[in-house]
Amino acid sequence: MSTTDNSERIDDVLKKIERTRQARRHKFYLRDEKITLSHGSGGKSTHNLIEGVFAPAFSNPFLDAMDDAATFGIHGSGQRVAFTTDTYVVSPLFFPGGDIGKLAVHGTINDLAMAGAVPLYLSAGFILEEGFPISDLRRIVDSMALAAREAGVAIVTGDTKVVQRGKADGIFINTAGVGIIHANWLLGQSRLQPGDKVLLSGSVGDHGIAIMLAREALEIETDIQSDTAALHTLTAALLEAAGDGVHCLKDPTRGGVATSLNEMALGSEVAIGLDEHAIPVHGEVRGACEILGLDPLTIANEGKLLAIVAPDKAEVALKAMRNHPLGRDAAIIGSVQANPPGMVFLRTDIGGMRVLDMLVGDPLPRIC
Amino acid sequence: MNMKYVDEYRDPEMARRISNEIAKLSASRPLKLMEVCGGHTHTIYKHGIEDVLPQNIDLIHGPGCPVCVLPMGRIDDAIAIARMEDVIFTTFGDMMRVPGSKGSLLDAKADGADVRFVYSPLDALKLARQHPDRKVVFFAIGFETTAPSTAVTLMRAKAEGIKNFSVFCNHVNIIPAMKAILDSPDLRLDGFIGAGHVSMVIGMRPYNFVARDHRKPVVIAGFEPLDIIQAIYMIVKQIAEGRSEVENQYSRVVRPEGNVKALQAMAQTMELRPFFEWRGLGFITHSALKVRPEFADWDAELLYEVPGLRVADPKACQCGEVLKGVIKPWECKVFGTACTPETPIGTCMVSPEGACAAYFNYGRFSMASERSRLNILPTAGS
Repeated sequence: MSTTDNSERIDDVLKKIERTRQARRHKFYLRDEKITLSHGSGGKSTHNLIEGVFAPAFSNPFLDAMDDAATFGIHGSGQRVAFTTDTYVVSPLFFPGGDIGKLAVHGTINDLAMAGAVPLYLSAGFILEEGFPISDLRRIVDSMALAAREAGVAIVTGDTKVVQRGKADGIFINTAGVGIIHANWLLGQSRLQPGDKVLLSGSVGDHGIAIMLAREALEIETDIQSDTAALHTLTAALLEAAGDGVHCLKDPTRGGVATSLNEMALGSEVAIGLDEHAIPVHGEVRGACEILGLDPLTIANEGKLLAIVAPDKAEVALKAMRNHPLGRDAAIIGSVQANPPGMVFLRTDIGGMRVLDMLVGDPLPRIC
Repeated sequence: MNMKYVDEYRDPEMARRISNEIAKLSASRPLKLMEVCGGHTHTIYKHGIEDVLPQNIDLIHGPGCPVCVLPMGRIDDAIAIARMEDVIFTTFGDMMRVPGSKGSLLDAKADGADVRFVYSPLDALKLARQHPDRKVVFFAIGFETTAPSTAVTLMRAKAEGIKNFSVFCNHVNIIPAMKAILDSPDLRLDGFIGAGHVSMVIGMRPYNFVARDHRKPVVIAGFEPLDIIQAIYMIVKQIAEGRSEVENQYSRVVRPEGNVKALQAMAQTMELRPFFEWRGLGFITHSALKVRPEFADWDAELLYEVPGLRVADPKACQCGEVLKGVIKPWECKVFGTACTPETPIGTCMVSPEGACAAYFNYGRFSMASERSRLNILPTAGS
């Protein structure tokens, strides 16, 4: 085979890959016939399920934006609100740094905060398994009440159902929330611009690893705590400092930083480049990931946010985050560029380059 | 836990310096080196090591991913056991998604089979103790790295008389696979990066035939980026000096004689199969282990009736050639058309770490370096 032939062959293959990649971007494949645990991982399979089942059935402009919360105007009032819902099935129910109740309050507050909203009211729905100890329920509910009080939100409506033993795992919680958007922020995962900086509010992987190690199977002793926290005061400080310079906010929960950034890259048809050495990871989380063969960038967080900020506002945004107790370890971890669209890549610690894909499959079932 | 040592094996400045030395020693001569172990392949992709190396060094990803080399028929057998009444089927997490001819273990789980993932066969034995009314089967896969822990678990099950536990044994040996690759008439490899964890068990001596009979250097390497880059330096140095020896870069872990106790445990509980099928490579004699007759009561292959059918890899699939470094993934007839990560045909496209899946997903980058490689260095056959 001559060199010219080879080059032509490579060009053909490159074109072929690009065609498939383009097709994949616009058409998610749902080939599965049954729900598997991967569909709940928050990664690729979840996307395939949403795009294959829910999105076509429910399609409307609010849902189709695929942001953490829907935002809309209230007829005639000129006021915008954000609305979101989330369900919590974490196992174990109590873990270092938190419990299912605290998580259920923080998670919904954070989805509202990522829309630039001030969270106001939450609902709480409980599915309880026959035989579940009331003392545990009380502990969880007290923890929810405390988390709501500390965040300045009220749980204003609720629902309870009990199912037969074996039909649920102790307790499942659903929360929904509404918040008010005071300024007309233009936030969303379709608003990234080439040149924007990627900011991360602190270390990654703490929640997912804390949950994993809390499960009995692993006898690894560490001090890793879940990072669960309400982020609305941090987003308020950030928006006040950088204003319109903030283009997108996202809390990297299931699927981790890798999945959140891939969603943004796809949503805005841009590329995102990260510097591995700039990404804060606690030593113990890194150690646990090395032992278990996991990538901290695909591990869930419950108290961290990613902010995409215009380059001229990146420094003030970083300063505002670092002045907030939940953003002390904030860092600029990368930037947005035009090409190749829809891709996230990482400049590795050793000086190489790799593509950072969404989470495929599920290393850690039921983490939130 | 103090993980600081990791950083010392990831110093970009040191990586560049060694890479420059490799470039000097190899004098731009194109060299194809195979990393036998899937763990090395993972490190190479995760850290983008190919970008750091000189362009003339070509890494071929060998058959050392135990998940990829397991033939479809064995996965079908595993699923058949998992679907049986009263069975709790336990496996390592990465085995859950690998497709058999009709779906994966994850699909079987969604269908109602009790499939659980464990981190060690001892966890599976613990499950057997906790559920005396159920039958716990452990899906044992892997090279000499994981076989000793299966051996110890079998011995413990026998000693404690735990009768509701058994092992579906699929352990394979790395040396026969290397032999098969070396005996292949279309071989185009210049040296081997030896598997670190396997060598920790088997030691250095089993590799001697590679250096002696085939005149190819072998350097056993660790799993950090600098381990691999240094091992490549040591191989290139051997080639430059006209030597072919077995060397040990991973001396902080691998001892020349290996781990005698682990080898004894394996010998007590398992014996060689006459032959075993490898996905992409076909049947290889004496390349896998089964449970010894003394442990028949804990051998799932004897306890359960499985289909035992051979499911042939499709004819068009050229995984065997890819694994031997004869062709690049994109030179395969079905690459990117019939065979994609969504609809994999061959083993190399199945696992995300497989050479073809990596080329497909990360094509833009690897192809770019491929192109510049061609511009700088016309291939030997052109």
